[in-house]
Amino acid sequence: MSASASTTAAESGLSISFANVEKRYGSHVALRRLSLTIAPGEFVALVGANGSGKTTLLRIAALLSRPTSGKITFANAVQNSAALTPAEIKLRIGMVGHFTMLYDELSAEENLRFFANLYGLNDPQRIAAEALAPAGLASRAKSLVRTFSRGMRQRLAIAHAMLAEPSILLLDEPAAGLDREGAAWLASTLSALRKIGATVIMSSHGQSEALTLATRAIAMRDGTLIEDSGPSGSKSNNDARAIIEREAAPIAGIWDSAQ
Amino acid sequence: MNSHAKSVGLTRATASVFAKELRVEFRSFEILTSTIIFALIVVFVFSFAFNPSAADSRRFGAGFIWIALLFASALMLQPSFTRERTNDTIAALVLAPIDPFAIIAGKLFANFFFLVLVELVLLPAFSVLYNVPLLGIIGPLSGVMLLGTFGIATVGTVFAAISSQARMRELLLPLLLLPALVPLLIACTGATMGLLAESPELPISWLAVMACFDLVFFTAAWLFGGYLLEE
Amino acid sequence: MSVENKSSAALQALASILVSAMIGIAIYGAFIWAPNEKTMGFLQRIFYFHAASGQVMILAFSIVFIGNVCYLLRRKPEWDWLATSAVEVGLVFNTISLVTGPIWAKPAWGIWWDWDARLTSTFVLWILYIAYLLLRRLIENPERRAVVSSVFGVFAFLDVPLVYFSIWWWRTQHPPPLIFKPGGLSPEMLKVFMFTMASLSALMVIMIWQRYKLESLRHTVEELKIEAEYRNDGGAR
Repeated sequence: MSASASTTAAESGLSISFANVEKRYGSHVALRRLSLTIAPGEFVALVGANGSGKTTLLRIAALLSRPTSGKITFANAVQNSAALTPAEIKLRIGMVGHFTMLYDELSAEENLRFFANLYGLNDPQRIAAEALAPAGLASRAKSLVRTFSRGMRQRLAIAHAMLAEPSILLLDEPAAGLDREGAAWLASTLSALRKIGATVIMSSHGQSEALTLATRAIAMRDGTLIEDSGPSGSKSNNDARAIIEREAAPIAGIWDSAQ
Repeated sequence: MNSHAKSVGLTRATASVFAKELRVEFRSFEILTSTIIFALIVVFVFSFAFNPSAADSRRFGAGFIWIALLFASALMLQPSFTRERTNDTIAALVLAPIDPFAIIAGKLFANFFFLVLVELVLLPAFSVLYNVPLLGIIGPLSGVMLLGTFGIATVGTVFAAISSQARMRELLLPLLLLPALVPLLIACTGATMGLLAESPELPISWLAVMACFDLVFFTAAWLFGGYLLEE
Repeated sequence: MSVENKSSAALQALASILVSAMIGIAIYGAFIWAPNEKTMGFLQRIFYFHAASGQVMILAFSIVFIGNVCYLLRRKPEWDWLATSAVEVGLVFNTISLVTGPIWAKPAWGIWWDWDARLTSTFVLWILYIAYLLLRRLIENPERRAVVSSVFGVFAFLDVPLVYFSIWWWRTQHPPPLIFKPGGLSPEMLKVFMFTMASLSALMVIMIWQRYKLESLRHTVEELKIEAEYRNDGGAR
C-alpha cells in the first residue's frame, strides 16, 4: 500500500457517530441509547460478554440494521458532512459478521468474484485470485465452500471483507475459528490497514493478537456502553489496553510482542 | 483507498444476483427437480380425480396446468429467501453498495427462469398425458405462459420475502399468494382455454389483464420491495 | 398522567349515542319504512345493509392502504395503528357483506351463491385481509411486523380492482346495480340506502377510532415498561 493510498484514506475518511441509538427487538432492548463518535483512523476494540450488544452495534454501523430510535451518521471531514447516500457509505465498508456470509454451494473464487461484481470492481476474476493468495486459500480456489473447515471459511470471510479495500472495517469476532497462522495473518492485515489510516471497529469477547493494535477500547454490558478509553488522538494505547485486559477473556503472552 | 470500488447500477447488480441465483441452483438442482416432479404429480393426479375425456381435457386442461404451476410455485419460491439465512448471506447482499431492489429483481428473474424451465417439462407432459396437441398454438401459448409466469414470479418473490420474516412461512406463503394471484389465474386460464379450444383464439383482453397485472406489481415491487430487506 | 381526559370521554359517549341512533333509524328505515320491492319479498330489505357494508368495507380497506403507504414513507407507528385498526373493522364489514349476500340472494334469485363478480371478489378480499391479519400475528418484532405487513397491504389493495375486474370479465350474472339506474330504486329506497351508508360509515369511524386508541394504549404500556427498565438500570452506567 503506497503513500498516496494513505493520503486518500485520510481525505476520504468517514467518522461514525451514534446519537442516542437504541435498538429494540420487540420488548428486548439490545442497545440502550448509545452515543459515541469514532473518528477516521481509530482502531476500536469492542469488548464485552456475549449478548452485550456488540453485534448489534456493528450491524447498525454497517447499515444492516436500522436503529429503533436515534441516528447514525457518517461524516466526511474534508467535505463537511456532505450528504452521502447509503450506497456511497457502503462502498467503503467491509464487514466480517457473526456468520460467514458465504455461499456454501459456490467455490471460494466464485464467492469473491460475485462480491467483487457487487462492488463494481473491474476484472473480478483477477481480484478474487489476488485476494485468495494472502489468505492461504489459493490452492482451494475452486473448491466449494461447503468443503471448507471453520478456519478456512473464516479466512475467506475476512478476504471478502477486504475485497473492495474498505476504509471502514467492522469485525465481529474475526479471530473466532482461526488457527495461529490465520490469526497472525489477520493481525498483520489489520496492522497494515491501520498504518494507512483505515477505521477499524473490532469486537471480541476474548483477547486476541489483533486486539493489541487497538488505539481505543469500548466495553459493553447489557446493551450499555460502560467504559470508553476515549478518542485516540495521539494518546498511547495504554488506556485501551487497560480496558481490554479488564473486560476481555485473557490469552497468555499476546501483549508481550505487541507493537 | 477505494480507488477501484464504485457504485454499481441497478441493471448490473440485478444481473449479478441473477447469475448467482442460477449458479447456486445449478450446483445441486434441488429446487428444480423437486418442483418439476411435484408439478408432474399434480397434473397426473388430476387425471385420477377428474377422469377427463378428450373434450374435458381441452376445456379443463388450462385449469390443470395453471393450478399445477400455482401450487408448485407456492412451494418453490420460499427457498429464494430462506436459503440466504443459513450463513446470513442476505447480510452480504444488503451490505453491498447496490439498490436493494436489485436483490429482489435478481431473484425475481431467477424464479421466473426456473418456472419457465418447469413449464418446458410440464407442457409436453400434459400434452402427452391428456392427448391435447399444443404444437399448433405454441407461439401464442408461449406468450401467455411467459406473461403469466412473470406475474407469478413477481408477486411470488415479493411474498416469499414477506413470509421469510414470519413464523410458519411454508404454510403462510401459499396462503398469501393464492388469493393475491386470483386475477392472474383467471386471466391465464381464460387465455389458455381460448387457445386450447377446438378453434383456437387468443383473447387479447385476457392478455391485457395479465400485462396490467405484471406492470402494476412489478412497479409496486420496485417501489416498496426494498423495505422488506431491512432489519 | 391521565390517559384519557373528560372531554374526550364525553365526545366518545356522544358519538356512540349518535351512531347507535343512526343505526336504529337505518334499521327502521330498511325493514319498516321502505316500500316493498315488487318481486323479492321481505328479505330483500337486507340488501340495504349488504350493499352499504360492501361500500364501507372498501372505504375501510382504502384507509388501510393509506396507513400502509404513510407508514412505509414516514415510519411513524401511528400509521400502523391506523392500518391495523382499519383492517379489523374492514373485515367486520366484509363478513357482514358476505353473510348478507346469500341471505339476500336466496329469495331474490333462488340460489345462495352464483359466483358473480361482486360477491366473489368480496370473498377473495376476505381471504386476502384475513391473511394480512395472520401475517401480522406471525411476526413478533413490532417494527418488522409493521413494515412487512404494510408492504403486503399495499399489494393486497392494488390487487382489489384487478380481482374485481377479472372476475367481472369472467362472469356477468350479477344484476346491474339498481341504485344509480333511473327507475331502479324508488326515491324512498334511495333515501334509505344513502342513510344506511352514512350510518354504517359512521359506525366504521367509531370502531376504527376505538381500536386505534387500544393500539395506542398498548404502545404506551410498552414504552412505560421500557422506561422503567432504563430507570432501574441507571446505576449500571
